[in-house]
Amino acid sequence: MQLTNRSKQVSNKEMTLMERAYIPAIATGLAITIKHFFAKKVTIEYPEVKRYLGPVFRGRHILKRDEDGRERCTACGLCAVACPAEAIQMVAAEREKGEENLYREEKYAAVYEVNMLRCIFCGLCEEACPKQAVYLRHDEFVPVFTERDQVIWGKDLLVEDMTNRYTREAWTKEEARALDAKRASGESTNVVPRAIP
Amino acid sequence: MDLTEFLVKTATIFVVFVLTLVIAMYSTWAERKVAGFIQDRMGPNRAGWGGLLQPLADAGKMFFKEDFIPALANKWLFIAGPSLAMLTALLASAVIPFGSTFRINGHEIVLQGVESNIGILYVFGVVALGVYGIMVGGWASNNKFSLLGAIRAASQNISYEVAMGLSLIAILMMSSSLSLGEIVAQQHGMNWNIFYQPLGFLIFITCSFAECNRVPFDLPECETELVGGYHTEYGSMKLGFYLFAEYINMFISSAIISVLYFGGYNYPGMDWVYSQLTSALGSETGHNIATLIGTAVFFGKALFFIFFYMWVRWTIPRFRYDQLMNLGWKKLIPLAIFNIIITGAAVLFLKPVITAWLN
Repeated sequence: MQLTNRSKQVSNKEMTLMERAYIPAIATGLAITIKHFFAKKVTIEYPEVKRYLGPVFRGRHILKRDEDGRERCTACGLCAVACPAEAIQMVAAEREKGEENLYREEKYAAVYEVNMLRCIFCGLCEEACPKQAVYLRHDEFVPVFTERDQVIWGKDLLVEDMTNRYTREAWTKEEARALDAKRASGESTNVVPRAIP
Repeated sequence: MDLTEFLVKTATIFVVFVLTLVIAMYSTWAERKVAGFIQDRMGPNRAGWGGLLQPLADAGKMFFKEDFIPALANKWLFIAGPSLAMLTALLASAVIPFGSTFRINGHEIVLQGVESNIGILYVFGVVALGVYGIMVGGWASNNKFSLLGAIRAASQNISYEVAMGLSLIAILMMSSSLSLGEIVAQQHGMNWNIFYQPLGFLIFITCSFAECNRVPFDLPECETELVGGYHTEYGSMKLGFYLFAEYINMFISSAIISVLYFGGYNYPGMDWVYSQLTSALGSETGHNIATLIGTAVFFGKALFFIFFYMWVRWTIPRFRYDQLMNLGWKKLIPLAIFNIIITGAAVLFLKPVITAWLN
């Protein structure tokens, strides 16, 4: 019974003198390997050279600020609920008078902690966030831990630095896909990375 | 033998010894680099520039690992194995002519450890002893895999030595001398033996691959069948010595190949360079510089063959043991005998005709 038309008949025919001499075959093989010897190497030397991983790669977390530098997070806890690894913990507090330039909403996260050992970088927190406050950066990883107290990241590490804002070419998957499709079709796309989602 | 001659010989031997060790050391680095390049990788490049300190790092690692001797191993022979392998590998470099002569204050110093008139026989004798290191170590390990590897090494080396010796006889018939220095000197002026003995060269290089236990003849240590072969039970610097001995053997056989078939320190246009240098710099300095160029050419040839060993290693898969024996006994030995007959006939009948015709 023939299942596919890809099968090849086994042939046990006698080798010719040329094939038995073995030398031509070795020469062919040596030619192939020397071609690879001089070929361009595919290695990317990682710590020195970093490959671009795309606009929506899920690296380490960031708590975004808005254009006036106010924290966007309102401590609703939806990210913590969405988190399948239960890595996020927060303590909410009410905004006092005179703090309007610090926090965008009337309630804010006084403590916001991500346990980087529990986090699986699934990105459900950024999808759950109604205030577009938490994002996973596409350009930075969580570095290697050497001490226990480096594992839980608090607001000091998470909140965005206004002097060095985190910018992206695309803030949603839809945007990124549209950009990819444009680039694949050969259109010239000069998207300026922007800081505001 | 007066004192200066003794000192000069000591210095020459020391230089040869150090050179052999350094080349063997950097062969381990080159092997990985070549492997990487052939497989489209970069190879080691973290320790030093381009990974050049890698051999030192490896040596350090080897020294600081636990020096383990199995409980049921024969302790003395277990230690003697790698020592013998290292000893025999280093002995062979003594008779290799690395260049012509140095002239210092009217004295001629030959760039050769020992100028022996049976140099090639000495090399053969020492190389044949090399199998003892493997055999002793493999047997002393008291491990079936080691013993199998050692037996394979012994039978392989003995089988291929026959074909190697026979292929060499053709060279000796042409040169009518056993001295390596003499054989090199006769190849002066592009009279390289490779042009007269292409078949002999093929047989010789195949056999030297087998003698060095290199791919495609690395059956004594083939990991897939024998764990690690004869050095299964070895660790630390004893393993290091075995691996190091293999690289020294590689250098020695590359040097021997370039001496026997590729004219050693001879290169095209040598006489012209020599006359230019001696007329410009005087018969002493000019002569010495010409000798140095010749030595550089010799090392270039030897290093190319080391590269060839590595190139072949990352190209050809390993032979099966019966294929190995068939190749050795049924193909190479008859071919070598055929080569002797052809050479004999050519030396007897063709050479007088050609010399008469040329004159």
